[in-house]
Amino acid sequence: MELVRPYVAAFSARFLVMLQYRAAAVAGFLTQCWWGAIKIMVYAAFYRAAPAAIHPTITLAQVATYTWLNQGLLALMPWGADPEIALAMRTGVVMYDRLRPVDAYWYWFARAAAFMTSRAAPRATLMILLAGVALPLIGVRELRWAPPPTATSAVLFAISLVLMVCLSSALMMLLNIAVVVTLNDRWVSQSMNPLLVVLSGSLVPLALYPDWAQRVLFYQPFAGVVDIPFRIYSGNLSGAAALEGLALQAFWTTVLVVGGRAWMERAMHRLEVQGG
Amino acid sequence: MTAAVRLLMHYGRASVRAQMQYPFNAIMLTIGQFTATMIDMVAIWALFARFGALAGWRLGDVAMFFGIVSVSFSIADFLTRGFDVLGTEFIRTGQLDRLLLRPRTMTLQLVGNDMRLSRFGRMAQGLLVLAIGTASLHFRWTLLKIAIALWAIAGGIALFFGLMVFQGALSFWTVDSLEAMNVLTYGGVQAAQYPLSIYERWFRNLLIFVVPIGCVAYFPVLAILGRPDPLGASRWIMLASPVAGFAFLGLAFGVWRVGLRKYTSTGS
Repeated sequence: MELVRPYVAAFSARFLVMLQYRAAAVAGFLTQCWWGAIKIMVYAAFYRAAPAAIHPTITLAQVATYTWLNQGLLALMPWGADPEIALAMRTGVVMYDRLRPVDAYWYWFARAAAFMTSRAAPRATLMILLAGVALPLIGVRELRWAPPPTATSAVLFAISLVLMVCLSSALMMLLNIAVVVTLNDRWVSQSMNPLLVVLSGSLVPLALYPDWAQRVLFYQPFAGVVDIPFRIYSGNLSGAAALEGLALQAFWTTVLVVGGRAWMERAMHRLEVQGG
Repeated sequence: MTAAVRLLMHYGRASVRAQMQYPFNAIMLTIGQFTATMIDMVAIWALFARFGALAGWRLGDVAMFFGIVSVSFSIADFLTRGFDVLGTEFIRTGQLDRLLLRPRTMTLQLVGNDMRLSRFGRMAQGLLVLAIGTASLHFRWTLLKIAIALWAIAGGIALFFGLMVFQGALSFWTVDSLEAMNVLTYGGVQAAQYPLSIYERWFRNLLIFVVPIGCVAYFPVLAILGRPDPLGASRWIMLASPVAGFAFLGLAFGVWRVGLRKYTSTGS
């Protein structure tokens, strides 16, 4: 317990600071609701216009829930490197991080996880109230944010959500290290975004891509950030397939953490501290 | 008038020169805008590959709607950066007082404030999407159709310009730039990618009568495609509807004038 305490402290300190940005959270929330609504209306139009025979393996109701989840938890995706790390690199504050008697990788990892979860938590809560409670009240049932169909789905989703945060943090760590190596936070940090959007399922649920691409899409690492957890939530992935999804998330997280640590080790050896 | 245009050109050259001090930056930003907006085409492609058609609309049709709205928005976005950052960069800091002292209109100075080259990324995307639509439909552009397209784009520029002016005007009250307005600008572009007839009625009405994006994209593009409107609009409505963009712009400047009159400086 003593061992993890500094990382827990780093997590909670960052979490509380981030919660202060309330106005930005409200604006972000409105945008995400609006986006979700437009996307779902487009999906509904496609589903309703097409004969049931060519519908994909994921139903419209599942796609709607998937989209609300995605919009509510958008902040859990690794959209760029941690802005504070870029700043620390530029000003030389990174030196203090090097002097702390903690493992630098896990210290930054904990802060990345806090950064993402603190931004996601309030928005997701509001989104559940709006898309899960208010929408059914005004008569929208099929396109609402539905609860998981079974208790098993809910439990599996809880596990998958934790793995999703770990996987996202591990991806964000790669971006952090890239910033350390290149000293460039603008281009490097956002270079992954197009891939992330297309391959995670954030653009369209992966099941809507052509059949020939399905296997590859399921096994690549980005699926674990959106597609796998949200399909588990709605019961679209269940039983053995769900367990396979969880295993994939865990596998990619491990690979990225091991690779990231080795890379960080190398980068830190060559670190030149800026500023004075 | 010519003096104003000359001054704007001068502003534009200064903006471009400033951005070209960091050419790598400018190029990367442009490529970034191109990729970020082109990704939406991947979604459209995937949905059409999966479902075949959308209530009689084909991929090429959707590309036409999307392309026209992208081109309009990119040009408006190029001209209105000053209004976008009015709250954070001018009102909050008290910089606006300097603009008020100069013997030129506020609009002119804000348009000239910062013309971002990166907007050409979205414009290139819009043109490419139009080319995809043209190729996919084997569409033949006649002079009349090109004229309708230009008219639609002009209306679209006016509309998005109006939205930005409106956003700027609101910051006289909020003393901040309103990110929530992105819902109408970027969200509007997002919604107008698809023919309005596929949406729920309340949403359709919003996009026709409140923020008339449908009038600068949906209706005129129907006229270009030579298709009857599933909603029943007649051909003259299709051709006349981009006027709504200019009406919206006029309305936005009305609000702007009220806001500017009540403006009190925050600077010291």
